[in-house]
Amino acid sequence: MKNIWVVAQKELRTYFTSPIAYVIITVFLLLVGFFYYNILLWFNAQAMQMAQNQYYSQQININQMVYQPLFNNISIILLLMLPLLTMRLFSEEKKIGTEELLYTSPISVNQIILGKFLASLLVLLAMLALTGLLSLFSFLYGNPEVAPILNGYLGLALMGAAFLAIGIFFSSLTENQIVSAILTFGALLLFWIINWASSSAIGFWKDVLNYVSFFQHFENMSQGILDTTDIVYYLSFSFFGLFLTHSVIQSRRWR
Amino acid sequence: MIAVEHLTKKYGDLVAVRDLSFKVEKGKIWGLLGPNAAGKTTTMRILTGFLPATEGKASVGKFDVFEQPNEVKKILGYLPETLPLYPDMTVTEYLSFVAAIKKIAAPRKKESIAKAIKVTGLEQVKGRLIKNISRGFKQRVGIAQALVHDPLVLILDEPTIGLDPAQIIEIRSLIKALRGEHTIILSTHILAEVTQTCDGVVIINEGRLMASGSLEELTASFRRKEGVIVKVRKGIQDAAAKIGMIEGVEKISREDGELKIEWTAGLDLRDEIARVLVQNDFGLLEMRTMAMNIEDLYIKIVSGGTET
Repeated sequence: MKNIWVVAQKELRTYFTSPIAYVIITVFLLLVGFFYYNILLWFNAQAMQMAQNQYYSQQININQMVYQPLFNNISIILLLMLPLLTMRLFSEEKKIGTEELLYTSPISVNQIILGKFLASLLVLLAMLALTGLLSLFSFLYGNPEVAPILNGYLGLALMGAAFLAIGIFFSSLTENQIVSAILTFGALLLFWIINWASSSAIGFWKDVLNYVSFFQHFENMSQGILDTTDIVYYLSFSFFGLFLTHSVIQSRRWR
Repeated sequence: MIAVEHLTKKYGDLVAVRDLSFKVEKGKIWGLLGPNAAGKTTTMRILTGFLPATEGKASVGKFDVFEQPNEVKKILGYLPETLPLYPDMTVTEYLSFVAAIKKIAAPRKKESIAKAIKVTGLEQVKGRLIKNISRGFKQRVGIAQALVHDPLVLILDEPTIGLDPAQIIEIRSLIKALRGEHTIILSTHILAEVTQTCDGVVIINEGRLMASGSLEELTASFRRKEGVIVKVRKGIQDAAAKIGMIEGVEKISREDGELKIEWTAGLDLRDEIARVLVQNDFGLLEMRTMAMNIEDLYIKIVSGGTET
């Protein structure tokens, strides 16, 4: 555990002594703020209209009308931003030759991978935590339910972790950071929309395509539905990404 | 301290190291000498546990490199050919990170880092970012990271490459100062590095062992014919004739005003030759042995000479 933390600390230092983390966090927060503001304006207008009708006024729900679309938007922003967070993790080590230092030290490849994963995960959690400030306004002027919001954040964190694991895998494949980011982005987007193909698929394949899609699982969580299937899905996706990374690193050395 | 037995490494069809065997004694500096692409880096990477071997055995200290890689990594310091430095860290931050991944216990960590900085002469740049220090200092940081956990064995891949002549001398004397406490293997394609720094040498070419042993042993084993070169003040022709009469002399030739005298291997005719020249008053100015030096040996080996 100590070794994992040593590697994580080194990665965190690199994130925060260079502009990478600051730029990613700032742009992320700007975009999230913009979406939140616009959704809130739309919600306001909608709520005022609905309030005039007694039947509709009971259906005004800030969780469904603000948080659900907000979480969906955040998930897309994460899909765009997280490959930038992971692209250098292994590519850079390979490019500048520091991988020889890491792999000839008495720490295991697993500890190196987990250390890097942990560092990127902590940045992701910081990004999500900072968006929590926006909720201050919702709670000041409205009365949203807390549990579905926390559930949405849990979904974002789990999905983000899966994105990071896939990003780390692609970073281990190449020493070129741009290539690593593009491959990650492509793969994440494919897994996001893969359920579109399910409409023309039948039987077993329809279920498979629906199951592997990021979107399908996130939809539940953004609605505040906590289902272990979704949690298991994201955790196994993260595990799979990290396992592939381990295989790539070992096979490269054993070739 | 280091033993390599029948080591072979293949990258697909390409054989980088072929049936390589050698040993290095404790406390000695041994050079791994060979032209570029001879298999030096591959051999070092195998010894450090970075690469596995296709066949063969290797051990460092009492540990097997393939069976107990983590034990080996604890007692081994490695300077790869490409310096493994993080440009955005300061020298101290970097060494502190290396100390942590080399598992130095917390109470000893500060002291170990301070010692590595002192030994490699990095005091004046220890607070600076690695990207802002000179090539010579970067090389020292590379050596400092290999030393920081006070390893029994140091493996240095081309430690003086890319340095200016003054820096080369500094790094060589630094390496020599580490002899005794550490067993060192350094790779190089520069002969002078071996003759000036090392106790022994392993010469490889195209992945094969061409020769290995201490410098004296090697040059002696490659001495085919024994002989001397003499320089006299006068009567070089008569001197040649007189020496020709000494029993055992096989060949006398004249080159650039000097006489090259060769005799049957196993004899030593130096005092006899000196006596003849002095007694006949030829004015003996100089006499030197005609032994093959390491340079001749290296050139002979890499240009397809005989194996030993």
